[in-house]
Amino acid sequence: MTALKLDNINKFFGSEQILKDINLDVEEGEFVVFVGPSGCGKSTLLRVIAGLENATSGTVSIDGVTVNNIPPAKRGIAMVFQSYALYPHLSVKGNMSLGLKQEGQSASVVNQRVEKATRMLNLHEYLDRRPAGLSGGQRQRVAIGRAIVRDPKLFLFDEPLSNLDAALRMHTRIEIAALHRTLSASMIYVTHDQTEAMTLADTIVVLRDGCIEQVGAPMELYNNPSNRFVASFLGSPAMNFLHHAVPGLAPDQSVGIRPEHLVLHQDGQIGGTVIHVERLGADTNLLIKTDQEEMVTVRLFGQSTTEVGTYIRFGFDAEKAYYFNDSGMRIFP
Amino acid sequence: MNRTTRPITRTHIAAHLILLTYTVIALFPVFVILINSFKTRKAIFRDPLALPGADSFSLIGYHTVLKQGDFFLYFQNSMIVTVVSLILILLFGAMAAFALAEYRFRGNALMGLYLALGIMIPIRIGTVAILELMVATGLVNTLSALILVYTAQGLPLAIFILSEFMKGINDDLKSAGRIDGLSEYTIFFRLVLPLVRPAMATVAVFNMIPIWNDLWFPLILAPAEEVKTLTLGSQVFIGQFVTDWNAVLSALSMAIIPVMILYIIFSRQLIRGITSGAVK
Repeated sequence: MTALKLDNINKFFGSEQILKDINLDVEEGEFVVFVGPSGCGKSTLLRVIAGLENATSGTVSIDGVTVNNIPPAKRGIAMVFQSYALYPHLSVKGNMSLGLKQEGQSASVVNQRVEKATRMLNLHEYLDRRPAGLSGGQRQRVAIGRAIVRDPKLFLFDEPLSNLDAALRMHTRIEIAALHRTLSASMIYVTHDQTEAMTLADTIVVLRDGCIEQVGAPMELYNNPSNRFVASFLGSPAMNFLHHAVPGLAPDQSVGIRPEHLVLHQDGQIGGTVIHVERLGADTNLLIKTDQEEMVTVRLFGQSTTEVGTYIRFGFDAEKAYYFNDSGMRIFP
Repeated sequence: MNRTTRPITRTHIAAHLILLTYTVIALFPVFVILINSFKTRKAIFRDPLALPGADSFSLIGYHTVLKQGDFFLYFQNSMIVTVVSLILILLFGAMAAFALAEYRFRGNALMGLYLALGIMIPIRIGTVAILELMVATGLVNTLSALILVYTAQGLPLAIFILSEFMKGINDDLKSAGRIDGLSEYTIFFRLVLPLVRPAMATVAVFNMIPIWNDLWFPLILAPAEEVKTLTLGSQVFIGQFVTDWNAVLSALSMAIIPVMILYIIFSRQLIRGITSGAVK
């Protein structure tokens, strides 16, 4: 069963086209992440799925039903927002139960569902507090609780972790992953953060300028990007692209090598000066300016004593390099 | 807000001196009115700036005001006109502002401009037309006439200020409401209005004082005894040849009280409205 089907979705704001012919199927129970730089249309796409924006053309089907003309509340979805969007005048419990009350559910159903969500998210002690009395992490958990309570066919997350600090972000990320395992519900998650995309997704959808660039499992996209944009977007530090440092390359082509595939070696093909060193404990990232004036990041595992200003040589295994033509498409020599 | 203790510098003192001077200048006329309202007529003219002493103290002005003319009725009229007008301005202004800020429809920008145009055109230019309209509809000498005119007068600025504020409200909250199945009215009244409360207070204060003090429209549209407002009612003490200064000053002193109460209610919100965005 398909949880969501997007058919030729186009969206214009005035004369500007935000979404261009989007086609996508989401299977039931799948965790799909839309990822892309800001302004790529991923949030707009999510809002079209939710029914908060109308698509200019194309159809949206949720659970086999075309929902183009159905208001958001009746689409069987629940959404978690970046800014939490809790109702400031209601308690935590009121926030979670409002949607169900609007649906006309009986008090016993409401209480039972709220109780279940409360248990899953450990919100017991906050039930009577107002959102203003909660920290950011707690607020986001309430917002997630509000979504769970609806028992939706499809969960929509709009950059839910962007307002949290790093430690909390990781913690909440794990919570969302656990939630997906427990509920085995279909989820769509929008983010600009490739780490979130890689760690959470069953399927990643990479978007750029309103178009889908590539769809696939995280490792599939990482190991086999179909173009330069996807290659550069996934992975941190980002992939290196070299034009001059590699001999035998046509002038309009570039070669992409992930930082971890570059190894320091006395007889390496490339030479350069270290201009910055990032020591992360488990890894060390060297930022190197090559003899051809190109910037390259080399990722060394473990700690390194390399100093800024050192001249070093390094190389890579040809099998681990990716080749792209002038328009950024992958080529296989 | 984080308050740190700063050393008292010369600029600091200078700033306070300037502010204090301004406060004294601003409060001086009010102060003169107040002290003179408690003095005998002779004392007012002999030494207008003296405080009421044992021999000059007199409540004659207040007696005259309370006895002559239906002062409490005027008071009530003013209060009804001001409060009802404010409620209508805030309600319709906020609703129009919400529509302009929230919905994309053809002619949205044009409509906004049209509604804001009223800020630049004084409503008094249309006095004759308004009077004709009121005569035709039989609303002359009713409080409704004044309420309608003041509402029309206040709406442009209200819509202008409120729509700017409403554009700044987080979209996610409204989206969450729509996904939870709230009606647009519930979203407006329960989610949006509480968030623009400071702006509403600003609009209320800006509109309240001109309405309370207005003499023009009461004089033209509602001069009958039973619908006179306070400002118009006080005019009976001002004659072409003789003016009962005791009564005028007493009436004015008493007229300050209600606006002051309303102002105190709104002022906390007002200060938040002015500083929001600037200090955060």
